[in-house]
Amino acid sequence: MSRYTPPEQSKAGQIFDIVVVVVAIFVALWLPLKMGLAGAAKSIDALDAKTWEALGQNPTMASIWEKLGYTPETAHDIIQNRFHYVIDWPTLIIMAAVLIGYFVFLFRASDREYRDVINEKFDDK
Amino acid sequence: MTVTLEPAVHGDRVSLLRVLGPAHVWALGVGIVLVGEFTGWNFAADKGGALAALIVCWVVGLLYTSVAMIDSEVTSTVAAAGGQYAQAKHIVGPLMAFNVALFLVFAYTMLEVSDAILLGDTIVAKAGVEGLTHNSFIAATIVVLAWLNYRGVLMTLNVNFVITAIAYISIVILFFSVSPWTQGAVLKLNELVTPGNALPYGWIGVIAAFQFGIWYYLGIEGTTQAAEEVRSPARSLPYGTMAGMITLLIAAAMTWYVCASMMPWEYLGITYYPLWDAGKLTGSPLLENLLFIATLLAALASANGCINDAARAWFSLGRDRYLPTWFSAVHPKYRTPYRSILFLLPIALAFAFIADLNQAITFSILSGVLQYTFMSINIVMFRKKWPLGSIRRGYTHPFHPLPAIVLFCLCVVTFFAIFLGFGSQLIAMVAFYFLISLWFHFYRYRFVRRGDQFTMPWPKPQGY
Repeated sequence: MSRYTPPEQSKAGQIFDIVVVVVAIFVALWLPLKMGLAGAAKSIDALDAKTWEALGQNPTMASIWEKLGYTPETAHDIIQNRFHYVIDWPTLIIMAAVLIGYFVFLFRASDREYRDVINEKFDDK
Repeated sequence: MTVTLEPAVHGDRVSLLRVLGPAHVWALGVGIVLVGEFTGWNFAADKGGALAALIVCWVVGLLYTSVAMIDSEVTSTVAAAGGQYAQAKHIVGPLMAFNVALFLVFAYTMLEVSDAILLGDTIVAKAGVEGLTHNSFIAATIVVLAWLNYRGVLMTLNVNFVITAIAYISIVILFFSVSPWTQGAVLKLNELVTPGNALPYGWIGVIAAFQFGIWYYLGIEGTTQAAEEVRSPARSLPYGTMAGMITLLIAAAMTWYVCASMMPWEYLGITYYPLWDAGKLTGSPLLENLLFIATLLAALASANGCINDAARAWFSLGRDRYLPTWFSAVHPKYRTPYRSILFLLPIALAFAFIADLNQAITFSILSGVLQYTFMSINIVMFRKKWPLGSIRRGYTHPFHPLPAIVLFCLCVVTFFAIFLGFGSQLIAMVAFYFLISLWFHFYRYRFVRRGDQFTMPWPKPQGY
């Protein structure tokens, strides 16, 4: 197999590639934050009666909350802020498809590249 | 045919320095991870309750034991900087290697960001001064640690060894100070974790808790990044990694027991400082101050190790031309990948100021789980391409392929756990990796020398 000689990349090309990677990193990490896609999907189940009993706290728990500086009113939003685990099947299917598609592409494309590497490495000998 | 283990060769350029021993490997792995006991693991209680946090502590411990076993075998054989990146390059292929390096850089950089936020928030909370923000503490932490990494790996990991040991001892001191053998005096587990609130969301909450259960141990696999800088990779890496894993399992169990016995699960699930809070609740100023200092030291040790690991992964990408070769420079005096350290510095700073703690943790966890999924498949391919006896392995892990199967199954469960509450973030991240992979495969790879990527002195893989 003939040895592959990569083209020399210009300085400007290298800088451009660095910029592409940096922009991609920021978009991937910053965009979900900006669009509100990051963070936990929780919501507060508000209660009318804000007492330790109504909040499901026994005397031991209530004494610890108070030691930490909380009252039933200030602890209400912490205790009642809950996850609501409802499986959204379309989203789950999309997520599974994206993940499986990603890994299938990774392994298939990697294998094509790997064969070139092995051929060049071992056919030289 | 058996081939002897030799370090990877990368031409005549200035190379990284081989100065580290098993204690440094332990310090690197445990140093990165131990902060997870001081914050992060407790968000598992938020997702599933206190008992769920304990269940995932054990089950995710099994996941990481598999990771440590698999990693020890492959890394003690592929002794090259970049850790899992170098493994992927030799076993799966260039595109996978490129992705794995990005997983590493994201996982460690976001972990570093989380550490810096934790450190800043802890100091601000302790100071209790109105108007004081965490920004200056975050900036100082990231910049000073980057400078330390710039100056040399030996000094960096010596510092890590000392501060990690102090942080670890503080957990042990707290554990024995609260009389763990008696209930009712300080610890009140029976009254705080009751049949009615142990699993507030049922078993779906246990699965959801896997996401933050990862935080008990995330980063232990970072020991492999030192492969090119340890004096004896075949001995030091398995010893250091396995000792680190045992250390962490003990610390995680002690941490859960003390914290779940001292705080209601709703509070435990949202606090940023569970161990420091436990110290406060004992009523002892000595323990309170000790846990405050230990929280800071654990954050520092973790951020320090993360800078070390992320920079080596980025450096490796440059060395193989996956990214511009400018990144592959080694400092002529300090023998560190200084350009990579400096390049990642502003990225970490930027995200420390725009993300909050649990978002940064989730970014880090996502990249970690993608990497573990790769590792479970990678070991099967490694054994298939180079069966036992065909090359010399520094360590051979037992029960293959059971650890790989366990690891893969637990990764699938963890993806589902992330979907429960953080699904949009997961899809956004995978979409990024997919797009950047297209960029690499169809454009960037043209600048890469083909055969030069394979640097191990191994025979041709079977099936090729």
